[in-house]
Amino acid sequence: MLLLLAFGIGPMLFALYLSFTKGGAFVGFDNFVKVFGDFRFFPAVQHVALFVGIWLVTLIVLVVVLALVVHAVRSRWLSATSRFLFYIPGAFAGSASVLLWLFLLDPSVSPIAVLLEQFGFSSFIQTVAQDNLPVIFTIIAFWAGAGGWIIIMYGALNTISQDVMEAARIDGAGPLKTAWYIQIPLMRKWIVYMAIVSLAAGSQLFVEPRVLSQASRGVVPKDYSLNQLAYQFAFGTQSDYNGSAAISILLLIVATGLAAVFVFRGGLFDRD
Amino acid sequence: MTATNLRAVTTAPAPARWIGRVLVIAVLAFFSVFFVLPLAWLLLAPTKSQTQLNGLNGELPFSFGSFGQLAENWNGLVTFQNGIIWTWLGNSVLYSGVALVLTILVTIPAGYALAMTTFKGRRLVLITTLMVMLIPNTALALPIFLELTRVRLIGTPLAVILPFAFFPFGVYLAYIYFSTTMSRDLLDAARIDGAGEWRVFTKIAMPLATPVIALVGFFNFVGNWNNYFLPFITQPGSRKMPVQVGLTELLSNTPTFNPTNVASLTISLPQLALATLISVAPVLIVFLFSQRFLVTGLTAGATKE
Repeated sequence: MLLLLAFGIGPMLFALYLSFTKGGAFVGFDNFVKVFGDFRFFPAVQHVALFVGIWLVTLIVLVVVLALVVHAVRSRWLSATSRFLFYIPGAFAGSASVLLWLFLLDPSVSPIAVLLEQFGFSSFIQTVAQDNLPVIFTIIAFWAGAGGWIIIMYGALNTISQDVMEAARIDGAGPLKTAWYIQIPLMRKWIVYMAIVSLAAGSQLFVEPRVLSQASRGVVPKDYSLNQLAYQFAFGTQSDYNGSAAISILLLIVATGLAAVFVFRGGLFDRD
Repeated sequence: MTATNLRAVTTAPAPARWIGRVLVIAVLAFFSVFFVLPLAWLLLAPTKSQTQLNGLNGELPFSFGSFGQLAENWNGLVTFQNGIIWTWLGNSVLYSGVALVLTILVTIPAGYALAMTTFKGRRLVLITTLMVMLIPNTALALPIFLELTRVRLIGTPLAVILPFAFFPFGVYLAYIYFSTTMSRDLLDAARIDGAGEWRVFTKIAMPLATPVIALVGFFNFVGNWNNYFLPFITQPGSRKMPVQVGLTELLSNTPTFNPTNVASLTISLPQLALATLISVAPVLIVFLFSQRFLVTGLTAGATKE
């Protein structure tokens, strides 16, 4: 409980305090106005929004399809093996996954250089051109994160009772119809959960652009995402903790709002 | 209706079923390759020299270099800045390890208390826990940094360990576990037999809680080991970094990704690949050992109910 207060609520309140003050004096919304007015702010919002959009759609469609496929496989060995293979990259979450993909995206060493050249990328700098970034981040995030979700969805599919499935089969529904009319609706809560958690996490984009920015010497800008910008505010030349806090608060509002929607409307966690 | 009958009713015409099967296999194969290929390449990369990795002499991407080369890369890596990679790994172990112990000590009793007792404000605590659990930890990283700056903890191990030990998801898991698997009657029975609260908790609840302790420990350790943002901002100075942050330090010493100051740079690409592999090795090992429980979807069961 103490930790919850110290590192959950505490930082939020303190950031809130900082975001409304400057040098200890209350300045109202000044910090927010300054942040909004910053020329880097709206590009960063756009970048993050674009990435989150692409990522969410990809994640939801592919995870649901893969979970259904893995669940439909009769051979238990095959099903278990593919689930394990899908999950393993999860060990690389964080900077390790980005580093690994640096190699893969650099045509001079990449094992998929042939593929990259098909798209017309013959150097690392070309591959990480700004227009490609949302897709690249999507691939990296999907590679490291999808497996866990596939397993969770698979677990959800397992809880659908055999009777229901059998009834559908007797009524003549093929696997596709069963999936569309029975399995997916019954998985809905989980899909919503995944979407909300991923939306919240995606808006926090930091490691990927930060590492790519370092590796590409600025082709990927230092302030590509909102969290990077907040970091720049606090650690850059400005050393402006108040501005940084303002961005953090904006991001927190998004995250908390999403969490609240889920906790109060989802009903998933209601056990009392 | 018997099982055979059922199947007879349900089977689609042969060609359709056949196409379906091929599709399923194709999808599985494609994504297995997508998920595994990068790993396979990463395992092979450290056995090559930089030129071999570039494939300048026609080496295939998925060829094996040599053990001699592997040893050479290893030596290059562990002598870099007098073996700073060991310092980083040590830091990671310290931060994640101490946080792990603290997490278990805090979350399990907290979950137990929430599930087994009623007190004023319990619902509020529960809801707050859930909310904070759903907030991604990167969102809290900068606020935590700002707070820790104020209390002057930045740069001390505590600046990472304490936030790492803050794990509402663990509280939630423990809460769900206790409230679904243990009955208050059982505890009441023990109390009637004269056991005090502390005894009830240690002698009855704790032994029953082993699975959830493992689960909480697993998620906590894996998450913390791979956490980047928080240690990145709260541990300035390269001797205090955990290995995940250290990796990017290595990256900035790699000529390929840093074309300007080649002369002073000393990390080759195969060495960087080796470092990447080493940095996730502990998590990878944990994964391999918990393979069965991961794959059965137990994780889902636990997060779900």
